Amino acid sequence: MEENLFIITDQPIRVEEVTKKVESRNAGAITVFIGTVRELTKGKKTLHLEYQAYPPMAIKMFQQIEKEIKEKWPEVQIAITHRIGRLEISDIAVVIAVSSPHRKIAYEANEYAIDRIKQIVPIWKKEFWEDGTAWIGDQLENVPYPSETPFEEGDKHD
Amino acid sequence: MINILLFAQLQEAAGHSQVTMDASEVTVQQVKEWLEKQYTLTSLHQTMTAVNEEFATDDTIVKSGDTVALIPPISGG
Repeated sequence: MEENLFIITDQPIRVEEVTKKVESRNAGAITVFIGTVRELTKGKKTLHLEYQAYPPMAIKMFQQIEKEIKEKWPEVQIAITHRIGRLEISDIAVVIAVSSPHRKIAYEANEYAIDRIKQIVPIWKKEFWEDGTAWIGDQLENVPYPSETPFEEGDKHD
Repeated sequence: MINILLFAQLQEAAGHSQVTMDASEVTVQQVKEWLEKQYTLTSLHQTMTAVNEEFATDDTIVKSGDTVALIPPISGG
């Protein structure tokens, strides 16, 4: 591996840098998921966000997700960059690039990756509102233990 | 010495991102009980943990030199 496929950074993410890592002559499709900071959640206005991570473990968990994906879809290549620190509305929080010989698998593997990120990767988001702040997380409903079960749709910030 | 990492709301509640526990061999459960007492944290019963960057359970054995991370509910992505 000549470059890092999985990165945690406090700098703005450049989408093309992530997609370039999965370019391949065998690829017929590259899907890119860009997670951005949303202003309104259930009518409540976010002023900005702050992300924190446990970087060495987060990278290991990204590699774990890659391993799971390659078991399901051996020809897929994946790269993920997640930003930490203070993010403003519309800033990019995460970019997932997936390449595959065929389109359908590129979409499926990309969705699998974001679902697993929300289950097992130690990254936390703090919301700043006009009337207060809170660390977001819903461990009781969505236990982030490593598991094969895709996560059920909840109120997540994607 | 056991290294303990705290994140997100636990870090704010304890006022530290990293603390050390003077012990040679304990369980994750004992680390949690020590933290609750030492830093008057509310129940860590449901809190996930990792030992040396791998998810652990309450009965995982922790030895001197190991790093225990308390992982409150995650919200990346």
